[in-house]
Order: sequence, then C-alpha cells, then structure tokens
Amino acid sequence: MNYETVIGLEVHVELATESKIFCSCTTKFGGAPNTHCCPICTGMPGTLPTLNRKVLDYAVTAGLALNCEIQKNNRFDRKNYFYPDLPKAYQISQLYMPFARNGKVEITTRSGVTKNIGIHEIHMEEDAGKLIHSETDGITLTDYNRCGVPLIEIVSEPDFRSADEVIAYLEKIKSIFEYLGISDCKMQEGSMRCDVNLSVREVGSETLGTRTEMKNLNSFRGIERAIKFEAERQIRAIEAGEKIVQETRRWDDLKGVGYAMRTKENAQDYRYFPEPDIPPIIISDDTVNRIITAMPEFADTKAKRYNEQFGLSKGDAELVAGSKHLAELFEKTVELTGNPKEVRYWLVGQIFYLMNEKGIAPEDIKLSPEMFAEFVNIASSDRINKQAGKIVFEAMFMSPERFDIEGFIKENGLEQVDDTETIRSAVREVINNNPKTVQQYLSGQTKVVGFFVGQVMKATGGKAKPDTVNKLVNEELNKL
Amino acid sequence: MDILKLTALELAHEIKIGKITCVEAVKEVYKAYSEKDSSINAYISLDLDYALKRANEIQKRIDGGDIRSELAGVPVAIKDNICTKGLKTTCGSKMLGNFLPFYNAAVTEKLEQADMIILGKTNMDEFAMGATGDTSFFGAVKNPLDHTRLSGGSSSGSAAAVAANEAIISLGSDTGGSVRQPASYCGLFGFKPTYGLVSRYGLVAYASSLDQIGPIAKDANDCMAIMKIISGNDPLDSTSLNADINFEDRENIDFSGIKIAVPKQCAVMSSAADKFKAMGASVDYIEIPFFDYAVAAYYIIATAEASSNLSRFDGVKYGYKTDNYGSLAEMYRKTRSEGFGSEVKKRILLGTFVLSSGYYDAYYKKALKIKELVKNNFSKLFEEYDFILTPTTVSSAPKPEELKNDSLRRYTDDVYTVPVNLAGLPAVSFPYGKDENGMPLGAQLIGQRLSDVKLLKTAKAFTEVVR
Repeated sequence: MNYETVIGLEVHVELATESKIFCSCTTKFGGAPNTHCCPICTGMPGTLPTLNRKVLDYAVTAGLALNCEIQKNNRFDRKNYFYPDLPKAYQISQLYMPFARNGKVEITTRSGVTKNIGIHEIHMEEDAGKLIHSETDGITLTDYNRCGVPLIEIVSEPDFRSADEVIAYLEKIKSIFEYLGISDCKMQEGSMRCDVNLSVREVGSETLGTRTEMKNLNSFRGIERAIKFEAERQIRAIEAGEKIVQETRRWDDLKGVGYAMRTKENAQDYRYFPEPDIPPIIISDDTVNRIITAMPEFADTKAKRYNEQFGLSKGDAELVAGSKHLAELFEKTVELTGNPKEVRYWLVGQIFYLMNEKGIAPEDIKLSPEMFAEFVNIASSDRINKQAGKIVFEAMFMSPERFDIEGFIKENGLEQVDDTETIRSAVREVINNNPKTVQQYLSGQTKVVGFFVGQVMKATGGKAKPDTVNKLVNEELNKL
Repeated sequence: MDILKLTALELAHEIKIGKITCVEAVKEVYKAYSEKDSSINAYISLDLDYALKRANEIQKRIDGGDIRSELAGVPVAIKDNICTKGLKTTCGSKMLGNFLPFYNAAVTEKLEQADMIILGKTNMDEFAMGATGDTSFFGAVKNPLDHTRLSGGSSSGSAAAVAANEAIISLGSDTGGSVRQPASYCGLFGFKPTYGLVSRYGLVAYASSLDQIGPIAKDANDCMAIMKIISGNDPLDSTSLNADINFEDRENIDFSGIKIAVPKQCAVMSSAADKFKAMGASVDYIEIPFFDYAVAAYYIIATAEASSNLSRFDGVKYGYKTDNYGSLAEMYRKTRSEGFGSEVKKRILLGTFVLSSGYYDAYYKKALKIKELVKNNFSKLFEEYDFILTPTTVSSAPKPEELKNDSLRRYTDDVYTVPVNLAGLPAVSFPYGKDENGMPLGAQLIGQRLSDVKLLKTAKAFTEVVR
C-alpha cells in the first residue's frame, strides 16, 4: 500500500523585544539564574501583568507578514497547569481569541516544488522558565529568567506532506522574521521551537489518520529525522494491524528515537478561561495600517528585483535575498560602488564558495559593505587581476577586522604587471621552450593560444594583466 | 481628649495643630490593642517599632510644616492580603504564614507617601473567602460590640480593629461584600469603590475581576479622605481606571431631584427610606429580580478565578511546603492539602470543577452571561434612579452557632452585596439603626459607575440627619 504523511506544525517563536511581555525585565538570553526576573514574571502574590505594547506590534507584524487576518478584538486566556517552571501555575496565552487567523505562506522546497501552507492561527503567550537538574545531588532547581519572554505560536494547517516541505516552511518563516527584525529564530537557543503533528494515510484518502504530536524538536536536522522516524513507525504499526494512538511523543535526538509521553486520555485539562487581569485589547485599523506601511521588502520581492535589476540568476538572487544579512551586504556594497556587476561577481563567486567551503552561516559573515566596496573598487581597476583578487578576497573575508587591502597586495606582491617589455620577454621564453606546441599552432590549431597565455600567466606569478598577455602572445605567434 | 474616639480626619487635624503628636496617637492605639486584641484577635501582625519610627519621622515633617496629606500622621491598619514590604502578609492562611513580601502593594506605597502610619496587618477569612471572620488560620475574629457574635468578613480584622478602637481607620478588600458586610456587623462605614478606582497591584488576588480595596471607617468623610490617597490610575494594574474623580469635594448634597429605588423585597428599609424622603429625595419600591441570580453567578466566577489565582501556592517558591513527599505530584498534593483551610479548598474544588472541560459552557460561560445581564439591568435602573437602597446584610451579626447547621446561609447572606461586585459598581454600607439586641444594622447604597463621591456624600447626609 502507498502511504502519504500529513503534517501540521505548531511553531513557537520568541519575539525580540527588549523587555518581557508583562513586565519590564530584560529578555536577554543567558544570564545567571534568576537574575532577569522580578515579582511580576515570577508570579509573586498580588502582582499583575501589563501588556508590553511592543509585543503586540511585533505580533501583528508577524501576522501580516504571514498573510493573516488580524483580529480587531483580542483577549488573553489563562492556561492552568502545575509545573515548577511555571511560577503562577498558569500561562497567559490566547485560546478563544487569537490575534491572527487564516494566513498562508508560499514555500519552495529544495527540489523546486512551490506550494502554499495555510496558517490556521497565531497567538501570543508568555514563555516558562527552565528546570536545572543537578546530576550530583539529584536536586532540581528552577531558573525563571525565561519566564515572561514573549512568544507567538504559529499553528499551521495540516498541509505538509514531507520533511522537505517542513524545513522549507521553517526556513521561510526564519527569513521573514529576520527581515522584520522581530525574532532571530535560533533553534539552538530556543527562540524558535517546533511541535510536529503527524499522521499517515493511504494515498488518495480524504480523511486524516490518527495523529501524534512530537515535542522537543530543536534543530532542522532533528525535525527531519523525527519526521522520518515517526512516519515509518506509524506505517509499520498500520501494516502490522495496530491502531495508532493519539499521544504526545518526545523525540530524543541523541538516540535518534521517539517515545510516547502521554496519551490523549491522560491529556491535561488546562481549564482555559479569560485572563481577568488584562482587559480586552483592540487592534485598531490605524495600528494595522501603520505596521503595513513600515513593512520591509521580503525575500521573494527582493529576489525578483535582484534578478531583474542586477542580472543575478534566479537561483543566485534567491540565495542572496533569502538571508537578510547577505541582502544587506549586497545592496549596501552596490550602493557604495555603483558597480552591481562586479559586486555580484565576488558575492556569488567567492562569498558563496567560501561560506560552503568554511561552513559559515550568512549571519556570521563579518565582512562590512564598506570593506567589500573598497575591494570591489580595487578589483575592478587594473591594479590586480582576478586571480590575485581571489587571494586577497579570501584573506579579507576570513578576517576582515582591520584588514588592510592595499598593504596585503603590496606585501604579497600581487599587483598586476602591465609592463609590455617584461611580459613580451616572458612570452618569447614560453614560445622558445615549447617548440612542439608552436608546431601545432602553425599547423592551424589556434586553440593552443590559451596554453601559451596560461604558461605566461604562470611564469609571471599570475600577476600579468591577462589582456596584455593575450595581445602579446598573438603578436609573437603571428611573427613566426 | 480621647484620641481613640476621634475620626481619622479629626485626629489628623489635632496632629496638624499640634495638640496631639503622631507618636502619642500610635501609642494610644497600641494601648487599646494590647488591652483588647487577645480577645478580639483583629490583628495578625503588628509592628510597633516600625510604627513608632515612622511616627517620629512624620512628626518631624509635620513640625516643619510639611504635611503630605489630609491624613498625615494617622495610624492605619490594613488587611493581611495587601502586600507590605518587610511585614508578613499571610492572607490569614497557613500557606503564607511566613510570607514576607519584598515589594509593596500600590496602596501600601500610597499610604506611606501620604505619611499615614501602617500599624499592622489585620486578620481575615483565609484568602478573603468567607463572610464570617472565622476561617482564618490565625483564629476567629470576635465582634467587639458583642464577643459572642461574628465580626463578619472577610475583612474581619479591619472592621473589628476600628470598632474596638485598635485602629482609627483601616483598609479591607471587597470581592462580594467583604468590606461592607463586616463594617455593617460592626456598626461602621464600609466603602466598596468602583472597580478599577483603586489599584489591585499587591493585593493577593481572590477573584481578580471582582476584587477591590476599600476603606472601613467611622464616617463617610474619613472614607473620602483615604480614597483620595489610595485611588488613581496605576500603570501596573491594567484594570485600573483613568477617572477624573474628586474625593476632596465634601459639599453637602442637594436631595431635591435625587431618586432612590428600593427593591420590593427590602421593605425592612422603609424607615431608612423615609428619612431620605424627609431630606427631599423621592423613593420608589420596585421589583429587582436579578439579585437572586447574582449569588449563583458570583460563586461560579469567583471560585473559578480563585482556583487559578491560588494555584501558585504550590510549595515550590515560597510559603508552606510539606515535609515529606516522594514525587512532585505528592509534594503539590500534600502542600496544598495541608496549607489551605477547608473553606479555601472547597472553593478551589468548585472553581476547578466549573472550569473543567465539559462543564465550562454549562457553568462558567453561563455565569459570565448572567454577569452581563446584571450589569445591563443595573445600567437600566440607573437611567432612572440615582441610587438603590438595600440592607447590607440579611440580618445583624449572627452568633457562630446560628450558622452551624445552615452552611448555605454562609453564601446566601451575600445576596445584596455580590451584585455590586459583579457589575463593578460602587456601594457604601453605613449604620442606620439597631436591632432588638442593640446590634447595628447596615444600609447599603449602590450607585452607578464612578458615582463614588456622590454616594459617600449621600451616606454622610443621612447619618448627620439621624444624629
């Protein structure tokens, strides 16, 4: 039997506001335990939450960017459960009236398939703290620094059919939120988290199978493996005549296995009810319009523009536009040099190459547009040729702090040689040393010109100006 | 001069003109406390050293002409569910028996800034649940007017302290009548302000949508004076109002044109109603059927919110924690079973039930609808009438044994007070007479939203005429 996997995602994203959602504590990651908290975010008796308006702005921005309908009337609800990392024993969230509904995101998978993923809803909530289990004495301690860090939870429709689509979606959301500056979406720091709801069904079936929910997925790779594992587990179970149990499962990335945590029958009753401490919130048309006006250009539009305006190939344009950092580097350098063609040459040729080669993420590129521009100006003059340029570029790219381009060229003698006599004598020497190839040329095989050019370049340490070498090689060969 | 017989404003005046010092006032009140409180049990904590230190500081300011409020130098007692930095805040519960807040409630801050002297924390029904004053972990409060009778509650100690002259004025909190009812049982003024007029920040929540801090005092002007100090918008309380309201306005009220409605079932109020008539107001006896539904809706909404608000008392962070446990679940269970008293547990269970899946619509959601209906019905009444006059309580202060075999009465006695909280309205309870045992009877005037000043002025006019 042929099966298809049906996946829906719940993605939690931490909003990058400076202060927490209901108090003025910092949201900075890290810090000594319990130093980023106050009576409010630790839920001390009598304290009350007040909504950080910036959180609402960021949330609405996210909702609009994911093409959602922003709900005018908003309210928070309490989700009640006991756990030591939740000091109030309830989480302030939105169940009954989420702020955004009915959105969609267009994704393109690695294999080039484009499709829309529906967004069911997005709601705001506060993060919980974390428990630290001491290995030595068996004690569990609480750290409330993350308590009250603002989150949005993006609930998708069950529109995914593969891990590929899931990754494309997560990457798309990451790119959009990076552009908006509303989250850094770092899975390893927990600022982007993902729960996967997965079921399998016979291809062609219209009804959904029983789903399981996988939690604790904290890397793209982990998500891919967990999806594969769970889909195979469910198919095996069905083939063996077993019934899939609706349950919450935990993925252990180290062992590469998932296991059941609790079944639906044991599911908690969260006793949601409207949060009485926060009056209903109206999101006005003015607010929505203000945010729409301030929306930046997103990757899709940018890529299209790079393709049309700067002649980047579609693939290159998408690569550059896909990262806010690369796009900024590209656009600013173009602006500083007025030479998009040369910038594109080095960006696509060298930066992409070096990122791959050295395993550097776009956000970790330290090269500034100013230095890149200085380099482009030098490289597009006659001062250095392309080959020398690559040497300079790599050195500069790898450690751009206080890098001295001019000094580096001089120290390494990379300046281009355009002295006719020096080059001509090198050409003559190459001709004299290669009588066989000369014979080939004379017998009409003109393509060996390239061989001579290469040899001359080699003889001049790669520094000779290629145009001049070309010209002189032809001149000297024609004299024979 | 008997300092203890003075109202807060009178005492402040004597202090201002130099006839009495703040220190004398504190000492005098403390003397009454030492003589009486072992039998009344109005206070849970009292910090004389702190009060005297404050009194000295404030006296210096007053001597230098720096008078920070109308009630500068006056000792005040506050209910033990209002957080006081460095002074135990127990909520009358074993659960918070040793809880020492490191922050002040908004009202605590305001009292201190106004140079009032916080003398101590008053006893209360555990977590403000109850109307008897006998559910406190720290023992029952006795009615100072007759020790065999209940003080009322939940602001039992706040009322008893003023009635026993162990305080000049006090603050309580009112979720369903918890300021008005004990004030009524003790022959005092109890004022429940419009919801949102006084910041709830630092008031340990019972039912967030209904809780409101209010004063218990010897007269209406004292209520006005302390309301001026404690009211006002607070950015730390999102439900706090930004209202333009002038508690300095003490002008006499003109009763011509004032229309008062009395529910038909409250014929007992006719003598009080006649006095308002004599002052020039008009009085109509009308049907107000929605009062009956309000009690049921109140106990659903209040307990639902309470079940959530009180979840944080779990033994993890502060307060009581059980000694012996094996698992986390057992730690929670034993801590909460041992730390809460039976009334609190009863209400947490009820609240948990009405919010649980499958029952939410039948109970909680329906109760919210009734709340809206009550609100709307009040609004309609206030299109025609200025005030609604009811008794504050069904009877005067009962004896504990009267309630023994009638546990339902512990809840239904709130019939006149809870609709006010459901609708977020202001109401004042004031003494209007005595029963056959010489126990005070309280009348309640309910006004529309933000009619707080007018309400207090009306109550004041009534008592002046009676006097």
